[in-house]
Amino acid sequence: MREEPGAPSLIYIDLHLVHEVTSPQAFSGLRARGLKVRRPDLTIATTDHSIPTSDRSLPILDPIAANQVAQLDINCKEFGVPHYGVHSEHQGIVHVMGPELGFTQPGMTVVCGDSHTATHGAFGALAFGIGTSEVENVLATQCLLQRPSKTFKVQVDGTLKPGVTAKDIILAFCAKVGVGGATGCVLEYTGSAIRALSMEGRMTVCNMSIEAGARAGMIAPDETTFEYLKGRPFAPKGEEWDKAVAYWKTLPTDEGAVFDRTVTIDADTLEPMITWGTNPGMGVSITGAVPDPSGIADALDRDNVEKALAYMGLEAGKPVLGRPVDVVFIGSCTNSRISDLRAAAAVLKGRKVDPKVRVMVVPGSMDVKRQAIAEGLPEIFREAGCDYREPGCSMCIAMNGDQLQPGQYSVSTSNRNFEGRQGKGGRTFLASPLTAAASALAGVVADIRSIL
Amino acid sequence: MIPFTTFQSRVVPMPINNIDTDQIIPARFLKTTSKEGLDKNLFCDWRYETDGTPKPDFILNTPRGQGAQILLAGDNFGCGSSREHAPWALTQFGFRAVVSTSFADIFKGNALKNSLIPVVVSPEVHAKMFLLAEDALVTLDLAAQTLALPDGTKVEFAVDSFSKTCLLEGIDELGWILKQTPAIEAFEGGRALSVNTLG
Repeated sequence: MREEPGAPSLIYIDLHLVHEVTSPQAFSGLRARGLKVRRPDLTIATTDHSIPTSDRSLPILDPIAANQVAQLDINCKEFGVPHYGVHSEHQGIVHVMGPELGFTQPGMTVVCGDSHTATHGAFGALAFGIGTSEVENVLATQCLLQRPSKTFKVQVDGTLKPGVTAKDIILAFCAKVGVGGATGCVLEYTGSAIRALSMEGRMTVCNMSIEAGARAGMIAPDETTFEYLKGRPFAPKGEEWDKAVAYWKTLPTDEGAVFDRTVTIDADTLEPMITWGTNPGMGVSITGAVPDPSGIADALDRDNVEKALAYMGLEAGKPVLGRPVDVVFIGSCTNSRISDLRAAAAVLKGRKVDPKVRVMVVPGSMDVKRQAIAEGLPEIFREAGCDYREPGCSMCIAMNGDQLQPGQYSVSTSNRNFEGRQGKGGRTFLASPLTAAASALAGVVADIRSIL
Repeated sequence: MIPFTTFQSRVVPMPINNIDTDQIIPARFLKTTSKEGLDKNLFCDWRYETDGTPKPDFILNTPRGQGAQILLAGDNFGCGSSREHAPWALTQFGFRAVVSTSFADIFKGNALKNSLIPVVVSPEVHAKMFLLAEDALVTLDLAAQTLALPDGTKVEFAVDSFSKTCLLEGIDELGWILKQTPAIEAFEGGRALSVNTLG
């Protein structure tokens, strides 16, 4: 909206999403300066990271987490911010509940004190994660100082084969460019395979843009976008809807626009992907082998791979396929939407998970939970031997007691396999809900295509 | 904010690429509602055994890791989450600069807001700095945008002019944006017909 000489651009934020972990210090900052929230009507809060995924009628046992959760309630009441808290019928992971309620719309600027805010780019919104100082800036002024990013086109053409999903597209992209490969860039995902994805698949793709270093990843809005948004509680209605769609249709990137960088992924030949290492860029196809560090020339790069293999307890040059797993986690802002639960349930229906494996299924929101009940999914999960839980971030970030024990292996549908991410000493293989469900049945890392 | 001044320091080497924010400060320490007290859990899982005893080999537990203000890290430092707890933990421990060949975007922005300078150097300088003697002193001059190495070479680094001015003059960013309120109000007025119908 404004550029002062010598300063970055001042950009206006259309939607600010707030959660309990990265906001308390920002609200304290407002109090210390005697400031208000400038636009509580453009701000929504939910509680997702620190809360247990067990019975919600019980108090939170961890006093530090309980205090953080209570503090968000206090802050939202004091500053007039709508809060979909622990007992709200719309509580959920911020990147699941925001879009499903229709808050996220094409053309918006969307921020949240959370790096997975890129999720909302699936709607053609410019959405990115910010730190707590910027949360405070946006609460106080509805604005941020921002510098331009480089543009990076991710062209995905072709048709995904059975057993290959949106998650495999983004894991393949991360493996192709590496964990820092898109730093400084905003991604645009395009091509026939992206067009063919549902909105939920597109959210899975955009969600993990940050795992390649990109702050934002976007997909141009189209009929799939409009169809998803129509009738959502906070989507425009009536005449406003028509005006909105007319505007949204003007948003896609111009034909022939020049990008700073382009990468292509062939959907026709894409296989289910899995990570073997300790960052999301360390991925291979499910039938592939983990790399052999002895062939890597750069010393730090070689150390990195050796360190990752040692942490993961894996042998160079061997496949991940067939490795025993202790835990399967189906959830997170990447893969906890209804279509993810449907996909996992379709694999698990009428089957039993390996009794040695703890299988956690954590819906992304109360709305997802209700829809799953309407479709009879919880029974399918429970009959298969899964632990079906209440909505939240859960074992993706392991802040709430849902965590791996040291040395345990998990196949997780979440977004990060950093050391200790899912619990100190825990070892994470990132994969799709289909691969996770197949691995739950087999008790080892499995190829979903073998049971399709 | 306190104006940033030139300083001289030993360098703490951490030759690991892609050090993510979950290593800098694990998520289980983010349940706090305060900015304080994070330094004791900086690099917690690399720094301590499960029973809480310090791991003797980890650099921050050695004399070299104590009292220095410059962390020298591998490529792509600070990747992962948006947690500002990462620069809070680093600055509370005493660091005023991190030197690498690249930084994750969100970490870099968060660092600059907390007077922690993300210094990007070339791979050649980076490799050379890892060979510095344990007691070698490096001078960081933000105004000149240089690192002065013990052999007399001065390495220039980039920092955007706005952040530099804010850091050197102790200007607080929120205060600066608040001064733009008339422009923000004018912008909001012009958006009465916005198609976004939130709330």
